[in-house]
Amino acid sequence: MAFFAAQREAQEALMADATAIKGRSLWSDALRRFKANKAAMAGVIVLGLITIGAVVAPSLSPHSVEDLDWMNIGAPPSLESGHWFGTDDTGKDMFVLTWMGARVSLTIGIMTTAIALSIGVVYGATAGYVGGRTDNVMMRFIDVLYALPLLFFIIILVTVFGRNIYLVFVAIGCVEWLTMARIVRGQTLSIKQKEYIEAARASGAGPATIIGRHVLPNVVGPVIVYVTLLVPTNILVESYLSFLGLGVKEPLTSWGVLISRGANSIETAPWLLLIPATFLAITMFCFNFIGDGLRDALDPKDR
Amino acid sequence: MTSYALRRLLIAAPTMFLIVTLSFFLMHLAPGGPFDADASLEAEVIANLEAAYDLDKPIAVQYGLYLKKIVQGDFGPSIIYIDRTVTELLSIGLPVSLKLGISAILLALLIGSSLGIIAALRQNSSTDYAVMGVAMTGIAVPSFVMAPLMSLLFGVILKVLPVASLEPRGALADSLPALAPITPYIMPVIALALPQIAILARLTRGAMIETLRQNYIRTARAKGLTQRKIVWTHAMKAASLPVVTYLGPAAASVLTGSVVIEQIFQLPGMGRFFIQGAINRDYPLVLGIVIVYALAVILLNLIVDLMYGLLDPKVKAN
Repeated sequence: MAFFAAQREAQEALMADATAIKGRSLWSDALRRFKANKAAMAGVIVLGLITIGAVVAPSLSPHSVEDLDWMNIGAPPSLESGHWFGTDDTGKDMFVLTWMGARVSLTIGIMTTAIALSIGVVYGATAGYVGGRTDNVMMRFIDVLYALPLLFFIIILVTVFGRNIYLVFVAIGCVEWLTMARIVRGQTLSIKQKEYIEAARASGAGPATIIGRHVLPNVVGPVIVYVTLLVPTNILVESYLSFLGLGVKEPLTSWGVLISRGANSIETAPWLLLIPATFLAITMFCFNFIGDGLRDALDPKDR
Repeated sequence: MTSYALRRLLIAAPTMFLIVTLSFFLMHLAPGGPFDADASLEAEVIANLEAAYDLDKPIAVQYGLYLKKIVQGDFGPSIIYIDRTVTELLSIGLPVSLKLGISAILLALLIGSSLGIIAALRQNSSTDYAVMGVAMTGIAVPSFVMAPLMSLLFGVILKVLPVASLEPRGALADSLPALAPITPYIMPVIALALPQIAILARLTRGAMIETLRQNYIRTARAKGLTQRKIVWTHAMKAASLPVVTYLGPAAASVLTGSVVIEQIFQLPGMGRFFIQGAINRDYPLVLGIVIVYALAVILLNLIVDLMYGLLDPKVKAN
C-alpha cells in the first residue's frame, strides 16, 4: 500500500507541475521573439513617439500654422525665436508644419493601407477559397493589372478629378491591393486543404463562415507583415505625388509637400528639406525594422 | 518554351487594350476639358478647337476613332505643344528616358548584386552589417530627397557635375573631355539607381544565403572546390532567380522614378511630358506616353519570364 501511496503522491506532484506550466500559444511565442528584436522594438518606440508628436506637438509651439512671422522669413532653427525648426520662405514655423505634415502623411499611410487591405483580403480569400476557373480568371485579372504602370493611373486620376485628399486615399488604396490579394490567395489555397476546414464543412458551416472564422484568422501572420511594409510604401507614394505638386492641397501639408518646397531652396535654407526628409526617413526605417521583426517573429524558419 | 512565349504574347494584347481603354475613359469622362483653363478664348473658338481634335463628337465615336488611329501607329496631334504630333514629342522624350532608365537598371544590377553577394559570403560580419545598413538607408531615403542633396553637394558646392542642364559643365567635364557628354546624366542615373541598388542588394544577399545552404553546395565543398568556383559556377544560377524575377517591378519603379528625376534635373524625358500633359489635359499626349510605358513594362516582363524559363529547370520542364 505504501508503494501505491508514494506513487500517487509522485503523480499528483507531477500533475501540479504540469498545471503550473503555462501553455505558450503561437502568438505569445511570436511576441516573445519580437520583443527580443532590438531594432524592431526601437522602431515601435520611435514610431510611437512620432505618432504622439503628430497629435500633440503642433500645440506645444508658440506659433500656429496660419502665423506668418514677417520678422523671421527663411530663418534658421533657433531656440530664442521659438522657431525650433526655423521658418520657411513665407515665415511659417517649420516645427508646426513638420508635425502637421506628420499627421497627414501618417493618416494617408494608414488609410490607404486600410483600403488596400480590405479589397485585397476579400478578393484574395474569395479567389483562393472558390478556386478552379473563378480563381484562374481572378488571378489573370491581377496579372493584367500588375503589368500596368499604376502610378501613372494615380497621376491621371489626381490631375483629372482634382486634387482632393480623399481622392488621394482612394487612388492609392485602389492601386496597392494587388500584392495583398496574391498573398491572401496563396495562404487560403494551402489552408483550404487542412483537416479542420473539412471538419467545419462536415459540421455544416457555409463558405462565408468558413472563410471568416477559419481561413482568415490563419492568414493574419503574412498579412500583418505585408501591412507594415505597405504603410511606408504608401507614405512614399503620397510624398512622390506631393513632390510633383499633385498631392494634398493647402492648407493641408505633408512631408512630401515640405520636401518638395525645401528642394527649391536647398542652397539658401537647407533645413527646409533636411528636417521633413529626416522625419520621413526615420519613419521609413521604423516601419521597415518593425516589418522585418514581425516576419522573423512569425516565421522563424526564414532567419 | 516557344508555346510558353506565345502564350505570354497573347496575354499582352488584351492587356494593352485594357490599358488604352481604361486611360481613355478615365481622361475623357472627367468633368472639364483641355480648353477650360484659357478664359480668354471665345465660345466659338473653343467649339472650333474641339471640332479640330474630334472632342465635339460622342465619347464612343471618339474612342473608336482613337483606336483606329493608334492601330495605324498614329498617336494624333498634341494639344498643348501646338504644331507637334505626339509621335514627335515621344521621339524627343523616349531616348532621354531610355538612356536614364537602362543605365540606372544596369548600374543597380551591377552594384546591387555585387554588394549582396559580398554581404552573403560574409554573413553576420561587420561588412554584412555595413552593406545592409547602407541598403536600408537607400530604401528609407527616397530619390527625390537624394537628388536635391546630390546636386547641392556635387553641383553647387564641389562644382564637379552640371546641375539641371544637358550642357556638360563642371570640373569633371573640364578635366576629362572624353566623359563630358555623359556628365549631365551621372547624377540622375545614380539617384534613380540608388533605391534599386538597395533592394537588389537585400534580395541577392537573401537568395545567396539560401542557396549556399543547399545540399549540392555542400557536395561541391566536400569535393574540395574553391570558394570562388562554388559561388560563380554553382550558386550564382540558382541565386539569380529572385533577382531576375524582381527585374520586372524594378523596371516599373525606375520608369515612375524617372518622372521625378527628370523633373528635378530638368531633363526633357517622357516623364516631364507626361506631367505637363496630365496637368493640361493633353489627352493624346498622355495616352501616347501611357501606351509606350505600358509596352515597355510588358515587353520587359516578357523577357524576364523567358529568362526565368531558361534559368529555372522546373519552369523549363513545363
